[in-house]
Amino acid sequence: MRLGVGTLLRNLAPLVVGVALASILHFWIQPASGAFATKVLVDIGINVILAVSLTLVNGFTGQFSIGHAGFMCVGGYVAAAVTYYGSHRLYGDAFLHGGVLSWTAGQGGVAGPLLAGGDLLFVVACLLGGLAAAVAGYVVGLPSLRLRGDYLAIVTLGFGEIVRVLFQSTQPQLFLAGEIQSQSTWRLGTMLGGALGFTSVPFYSTLFWVYAFVALTLLATYRIKQSGYGRAFLSIREDEVAAEAMGVHTTRLKVRAFVLSSFFAGLAGALFAHSIGSINAGELGFQKSFDVIIMVVLGGMGSISGSTLAAIILTILPEVLRTATEHVNRYLPESYALPDLRMIIYSLALIVMMIVRPQGLFGLHEIWDFRKKARRHEGT
Amino acid sequence: MALLEIRDLDVHYGAIHALQGIALTVAAGQIVTLIGANGAGKSTTLRTISGLRRPTAGTLVFDGQSLVGKPPHEIVRLGIAHAPEGRGIFANFTVAENLEIGAYARHDKAGIAADRERVLTLFPRLRERLQQSAATLSGGEQQMLAIARAVLARPRLLLLDEPSLGLAPQVVQTIFQIIREINAAGTTILLVEQNAHMALQTAHYGYVLEVGRIVMHAPANELERSDEVRRAYLGVA
Ligand SMILES: Nc1ncnc2c1ncn2[C@@H]1O[C@H](COP(=O)(O)OP(=O)(O)O)[C@@H](O)[C@H]1O
Ligand SMILES: [Mg+2]
Repeated sequence: MRLGVGTLLRNLAPLVVGVALASILHFWIQPASGAFATKVLVDIGINVILAVSLTLVNGFTGQFSIGHAGFMCVGGYVAAAVTYYGSHRLYGDAFLHGGVLSWTAGQGGVAGPLLAGGDLLFVVACLLGGLAAAVAGYVVGLPSLRLRGDYLAIVTLGFGEIVRVLFQSTQPQLFLAGEIQSQSTWRLGTMLGGALGFTSVPFYSTLFWVYAFVALTLLATYRIKQSGYGRAFLSIREDEVAAEAMGVHTTRLKVRAFVLSSFFAGLAGALFAHSIGSINAGELGFQKSFDVIIMVVLGGMGSISGSTLAAIILTILPEVLRTATEHVNRYLPESYALPDLRMIIYSLALIVMMIVRPQGLFGLHEIWDFRKKARRHEGT
Repeated sequence: MALLEIRDLDVHYGAIHALQGIALTVAAGQIVTLIGANGAGKSTTLRTISGLRRPTAGTLVFDGQSLVGKPPHEIVRLGIAHAPEGRGIFANFTVAENLEIGAYARHDKAGIAADRERVLTLFPRLRERLQQSAATLSGGEQQMLAIARAVLARPRLLLLDEPSLGLAPQVVQTIFQIIREINAAGTTILLVEQNAHMALQTAHYGYVLEVGRIVMHAPANELERSDEVRRAYLGVA
């Protein structure tokens, strides 16, 4: 296939726009809005990647994975270990060695050249985390996606638990530079902190990097949805037997979607670990997978923009609720204090949604599809 | 010349012995019909040919190649398209998108465009509804879409499973007329029907299937005249 310059430009344009927006967030919004808003924006970005990647599987191909946090965990640990131990190997410590792109307001970061060694180490770590999660996705997906039915749900549920137990039974993390220097790379790979989690991960996940990866995720998934592949994915979800009869290699496509989805989940895990400076498998259990499923279900199974919007709302909502409850509780006697309302509101929202709009806010469609449809109706 | 040759075919669903030693030949260029009552095993035969079901014994040879053990997506690429029972159209896709996925296994853009034009000429009602979601089509239109979609795979052998099911007599006439036209344009057809009358009028050759066994086969006009077929399938006393 010949790739014209025009096509290339058209395909890269969204990514360029995305990176530009990421830069604006990074250099303008972040300094202006302070640490709290920055943290919420980073969380939003990570949740968008998680929700959109899960939509690839639960939305596009109509399978049901409930172990997304497990892949996030794999990616997070691998990336964290690569930056932490890698930084020790390269620089003799695990501080930030990034340039201006990983300059972090309020966290005592370093300003340096545009793209310094630390940034590169971090990006490589993120990609390795994503790849590790993708490999895990292949191992989990291949046997369970051959079969029709709910095997994937069962297997991914088990996978999430196995991952948790595995990481929690790793060796203690090493903190002394001397000890780290004397260990072989492979031994270091088993020293992930056990039940205490893996800590002291340098804070490379700045708004720039998070949103650059968000742009990459959105671009990749949207391109897939628009391609011939996308139609084939959706046909599996519509009617798997008919799709097969049309010549769609259903198993292969389901596995591909799943591997890609796992890759992005791993990437999200990597960004997560470098945003809070640690990762602990105990905190990334079924509850986290469930949070992501809610985003996908609410946004519309198969809608990229819907999942994105749901991820944004469901990241902000708990913060708003928490602040609101605190305010109200200030005026209530202690014995009448409101509990954490998050789960109650989530459950209510889900119930209302299932009754009023079972296909989710946007169903299969993207937000802009509705404008097109409205125009078409006017025309006829 | 035989395009499809089936010998001693056995198919099981668990303990159910759905096909018991079926032998069937489809000559190139013909319309061959397989008639039989509900539950006789007609759909099972088509599903086995298109690879959706694995046989427990027997041989299926298409144009000199064995089909046994081949997955459906390979069989489509060999030149067999299946319009399944219950139509299997993608309800949330538009008509145009359904047609597009029908040509999924092909890569000849120009050929696809030409065939798309050809089926839209055969089924003008589909052309009027290209951007409409398939769920909003009437039963007859859905059947037309299922056939059109299968034709877009440019099959040498087209498997049709009860195209007349649940349709008004007028629509059935139209559908069978188009089946003849598709055949006249060079596509061999294996047609499964409960509507024995229409099927035998349309086909060149016919097989009668009763609870998993072929009990009779002959040129279609002979079958139509035979007493047993008239009594059992054409409702003549
Ligand atoms: N998925 C299935 N599981 C179990 N039995 C089946 C299945 N599909 C068909 N059968 C059985 O196989 C036999 C043939 O069915 P089928 O091929 O659908 O008949 P027809 O298309 O002639 O009505 C019937 O007895 C039916 O009950
Ligand atoms: Mg049938």
